[in-house]
Amino acid sequence: MSRLPVRKTYKLFIGGDFPRSESGRTYEAQGQNVARASRKDLRDAVRAAGGALGKWRGMTAYNRGQVLYRIAEMMEARTEEFAGFSSGRNEVESAVDRWVWYAGWADKYAQVLGTSNPVAAPYFNFTIPEPTGIVGIVAPDEPALDGLVARLAPVIVGGNVAVVLASETQPLAAIELAEALATADVPGGVVNVLTGFRSELAPWLAGHMDVNAIDLAGADGEIPELERLAAENVKRVVRGRADRQSPYEIAAFLELKTVWHPIGV
Amino acid sequence: MAKAPALPSGFELPLEPRLPRIGSIDQVAVEERAAALARRSIKREAKLFALDMAVRMMDLTTLEGMDTPGKIAALTSKAIRPDPSDATIPSVAAVCVYPNLVPAALEKVRGSSVKVASVATAFPSGQSPTSVKVTEVREVVDMGAHEVDMVIDRGAFLSGRYAKVYDEIVQVKEACGDAHLKVILEVGELGTYDNVRRASLLAMAAGADFIKTSTGKLPSAATLPVTLVMLEAIRDVHEETGRKVGMKPAGGIRQSKQAVQYLVQLYETLGAEWLTPDLYRLGASTLLNDVLMQIRKEKTGRYQSPDYFTID
Amino acid sequence: MPAGWDYAPAPESRDIVTIEERYGLHIGGEFVEPKGGEYFPTLNPATEDVLAEVAQAGAEDVDLAVGAARDAYENGWSTLSPSERAKYLFRIARLLQERSREFAVLESLNGGKPIKESRDVDLPLAAAHFFYYAGWADKLEYAFPNRRPGPIGVAGQIIPWNFPLLMLSWKIAPALAAGNTVVLKPAETTPLTALLFADVLRQAELPPGVVNIVTGDGRAGAELVKHDGVDKIAFTGSTEVGKAIQRELAGSGKRLTLELGGKAANIIFDDAALDQAVEGIVNGIYFNQGHVCCAGSRLLVQESIYEPVIEKLKRRLTTLRVGDPLDKNTDVGAINSKQQLEKITELVASGEEEGAEIYQPPCRLPEKGYWFVPTVFTNVAQSYRIAQEEIFGPVLSVLTFRTPDEAVEKANNTPYGLSAGVWTEKGSRILSMANRLEAGVVWANTYNRFDPASPFGGYKESGFGREGGLHGLEPYLDLDESEVRG
Repeated sequence: MSRLPVRKTYKLFIGGDFPRSESGRTYEAQGQNVARASRKDLRDAVRAAGGALGKWRGMTAYNRGQVLYRIAEMMEARTEEFAGFSSGRNEVESAVDRWVWYAGWADKYAQVLGTSNPVAAPYFNFTIPEPTGIVGIVAPDEPALDGLVARLAPVIVGGNVAVVLASETQPLAAIELAEALATADVPGGVVNVLTGFRSELAPWLAGHMDVNAIDLAGADGEIPELERLAAENVKRVVRGRADRQSPYEIAAFLELKTVWHPIGV
Repeated sequence: MAKAPALPSGFELPLEPRLPRIGSIDQVAVEERAAALARRSIKREAKLFALDMAVRMMDLTTLEGMDTPGKIAALTSKAIRPDPSDATIPSVAAVCVYPNLVPAALEKVRGSSVKVASVATAFPSGQSPTSVKVTEVREVVDMGAHEVDMVIDRGAFLSGRYAKVYDEIVQVKEACGDAHLKVILEVGELGTYDNVRRASLLAMAAGADFIKTSTGKLPSAATLPVTLVMLEAIRDVHEETGRKVGMKPAGGIRQSKQAVQYLVQLYETLGAEWLTPDLYRLGASTLLNDVLMQIRKEKTGRYQSPDYFTID
Repeated sequence: MPAGWDYAPAPESRDIVTIEERYGLHIGGEFVEPKGGEYFPTLNPATEDVLAEVAQAGAEDVDLAVGAARDAYENGWSTLSPSERAKYLFRIARLLQERSREFAVLESLNGGKPIKESRDVDLPLAAAHFFYYAGWADKLEYAFPNRRPGPIGVAGQIIPWNFPLLMLSWKIAPALAAGNTVVLKPAETTPLTALLFADVLRQAELPPGVVNIVTGDGRAGAELVKHDGVDKIAFTGSTEVGKAIQRELAGSGKRLTLELGGKAANIIFDDAALDQAVEGIVNGIYFNQGHVCCAGSRLLVQESIYEPVIEKLKRRLTTLRVGDPLDKNTDVGAINSKQQLEKITELVASGEEEGAEIYQPPCRLPEKGYWFVPTVFTNVAQSYRIAQEEIFGPVLSVLTFRTPDEAVEKANNTPYGLSAGVWTEKGSRILSMANRLEAGVVWANTYNRFDPASPFGGYKESGFGREGGLHGLEPYLDLDESEVRG
C-alpha cells in the first residue's frame, strides 16, 4: 500500500514567522488551501518590515551579498520542490542564477550609481545611494517564481525591506520561497510574504503611509487607483517587469544622498 | 555663557574668569564670511566716514634697518599732518618704529595727539631669551614709548609650550607699566585659523591690550579672514569677561578699499563700540596716501594723481 | 565713539533692464496673445508697484504650446546631432553670463530677493547649470553604462517663485541636453525673468518650439499636467500640489519628478566651530527670506551650548540689513507676495499662541511692500506647528537635544526629507550623522550650497528624482532601449 503524503499548511511569512492569517481565512489556489491575509496582516507585515530595516540596511554590503548568495544555495537545494510550483527546472535555475547575479551587486552598485561631484568651490561632495526603506511588491503572476525573484532581489540587495503580495492565483512559489528565505540567514522581517486577494490587499499596501515605494509588477486594471493611493505619501511607484535584470532595477528603489563638506585646514 | 570645556593640555592656565571656549575655526566658512562682508558697497558719506576713521586709526610704520632720525622726522610730520593742503584731515593714531628710533620719534610728536609705538621683544623673530626681551621692553618704556608691539614666541607656541608663551606675555605686560601692549601673533607662521584663535585667546588672557596680526616682515600678513577670526576671539572675551581688547591688522593693507573692508568687518563683528583708535588700529606704511587720494576724490569728484601727495 | 555707521544707500541701477508693458505667451519661438485674452499684473513685492501685465494661459494656449514642442521635437530637435545640441546650450550659458546683471536686477525687482543674492548666487548658478549640462548632451551613453539613452519627448515643467531663473535652468538645461523639448510654466508671481529668457533663446537661435513658456496661475499648470501630449512632468513646489499632481498622473504612465517641501534640521553639536555655525544658521534660514525648500528651518542645538549659540545668533540678527532688494547691502529682501506674507504671519502667530518665545531684532521696515522681520522662536516643542510645517519664510524654530541619537530622532521625525545640516568638528560623527539623516542633501559644516554638478532632491514627502549632476539627467532620459541580461 502506497504511503499517504503529509501535506503542508501554507501560511503567511511575517517577521520571520509563519503565522496563519489573523482573520482565520483561507482560500483555495493551486489545489491548496492558502492563507487569505487581511489588512491587519498587512499592517503587521509592514510593521515587521519596519522593525527589520535598521538591521538589514546597517549590515555591510558584503554581508548582504553573502545572504543573497545563501538564498541561491537554499533554492538550489530545493530545486525539485520549486520546480513543482513553477514552470519547471529551467525557471528555478533562472531564479537561482538571478539571486547569484544580484548577490554580486551588493557591494558594487554604490560604485556604479554613486558619484563624487566636482563642485566649483572648496567642498568635498559625494552622492551615495541609500535604501528607500519599506517597499511593497505586488508580485507578477507569471512566471510565478522567477518573476517574484526578479522583483524581490533588486529590492533587498539595496538594503530595503519588502512586503510582498504573492500572486493571487499562483501563491505557492512565494510561500516556498519564504521557507527558503527563512533558512538562508535573511533576518526576520526583511521579506514578508502575504497571500490572499490582491484587490483586497493592494490598496492598503499602496495607501500605507509607512511604505516608501511600491512595485506594481503584478497589478493591471487597478494601477490608476493604486497610483492615486500611493500619492498620499509621495510613494515611489515602479511599474516593474518580470523580465528585467539590471543595476537600474536596484536603483529604482534607492534614494540618492549628497553630502557636502568644506575642504580646509 | 556655558561653562567652557576643558582646555587642551598646556592650556590650563590659572585664570579667573576662565577663557571662553577655545573651539575651532572652519577655514572655508570663515573665508566665505569675510568675503561676503568685503562685498559691502560703501558709498559717499559712509565712505568718507570710513576713510576719516582709517586715518585716525592708522599706525604709520617704518621698520627698516636703514631707518634714521631723518626718516623718522619725515614720518612723524606726515603722521601729524597727513595732508598739509587739507586741515580737515586728522592726525594718525601713532607711529610705529624700532626701539632705537623711539627718542627721535618722541621728540617730533611732542604736542600732537600722535603716539609713539615701539616694536620690541627681539622683533620680528622673537627668538631671544625672555630676560632679553623683558629688558628691551623696559628700555623702550623708560625712553617714553606709549605703546609696545611685542611678538609672541612662535617657536614655543608651535611646539605646544603654551605656558611659556603665556608667561612671557605676562612678564612683558608687567614691564610695560602704563604703556599699551600690542601682542603680535605673526599669523603667517601659525599655519591654521585654529592656532590664530588659540594664540589670540592666550594673548588676551595674558594681558594684551591689543592683539595684532603680523610683523609685516613676512609675505603673508593681515588678511580679512584672519582678522575676522581675531575679532571673534575678542568678542568672545568681551562676552565672557566684559574686557575690551583692541585689534590691529598689519601688513599688506595698501589700498583705501581694503581699509574700508576692514572697518566694515570690524563694525559688523564688534559693533560701533570698537570704531575708535583706542580699540582698533591699522598698521600700514603705504596705505595713508591712497586714503588721502580717495578722500580728495570724494570731496572734489575728480580722480587723483600720486604726484599731489607727499611721500615721507 | 560714533553711535553707528549708516551705510549710504547703494542701489543697483534698474536702468539696465527694460520691462514691456505687457507680455504674451512664448510659443513656437514667438510671443502670442493668450486665446482667452486674459492678463494679470505682476508686481514688485518691495513696492507693490505693477511691473507689467502677463498673459494667463488657458487650455487652448497650453495645447498650442505642447503642439509646438511636439513639432520641434519631431522635426529636428530629437534627431539633431548631440554635439550640436550641446552647442546651443553652451550658447545659452554664455548669453546668461553676458546679460547676468540685467537678469539679476529683473529677478530682484520681480521676486524681492536681495540683489547680492541674485547677482552672486542665482545668475552665476543658472549660467553654470546650462554650461554643465551642455557638456553632457553628447556624452549620455557614458553616464548610463550598458544603456543607449534617448529623449522622452515633451517635458512639462512647473517651477516655483523662490529662484525663478535658477529653477528654470535646473529644469530646462537637463531636459534639452537629453534631447527633449519643453513647455515651461513659471510661477504666477515671478514670470519676468522667464519671459526675458525667451530673448536669450532668440539670441541663441534655438529652433522655435524647443522651449515654450506659458505664464499664468495654477490653472495653467493644471492644464499642462493633464495634457495628453506631455510625456513627462517635472514639478518644484509645495508637497500639497506635488501630491495632487502625482494623483492626477496616476495610471497615465507619464514620467514624473517632484521636488517638494522641507523642514530641515540644522544640527549644532557642542564641539562645532561656533561662529561659523552661527553663519550657517543664518545662511540656512534667512537666505532668500527663507523662501527655500531646503532651508534649515529647525535648529537643533546641543543643550550644553544652547546659550552661547542663541546669544551669538541674536547678536548676528541685529546686523542683518532688511530692506530694498536692489540695495547692494541688503541681506534680507521682500517677501515674495502678499499671500506668502499672510501665511508666514499666520504661522508665526500660531507659534506665539502655542507658547514659543519669539525674538525679532529691532528693524525698521519700509511702509509699502511685503516684509517680515527675521524671526527666531525658542522654547519650541517638536509638536508645535512651527516645528512641523514648512513656513517658507525667515522664521527659525529652535529645539535642543542631548545626544546624537536624540538629534537624529528629532531630525528625522518629519514626513519631509529634503536636506539637513550637521555642525561638528569630529569627522567620524559627521559621517555617522550623514548616514543616519533621512535627507537627500546633507550639508556638513556648511549650509545652502548648490552646484550644477551636485545632485539635489528629497527623500520621503520631499519628492523623488534628482536635479543636478549626472543623476539629474536620468529624469529626462529613456533608458529602456537596450535590454541587457547580465
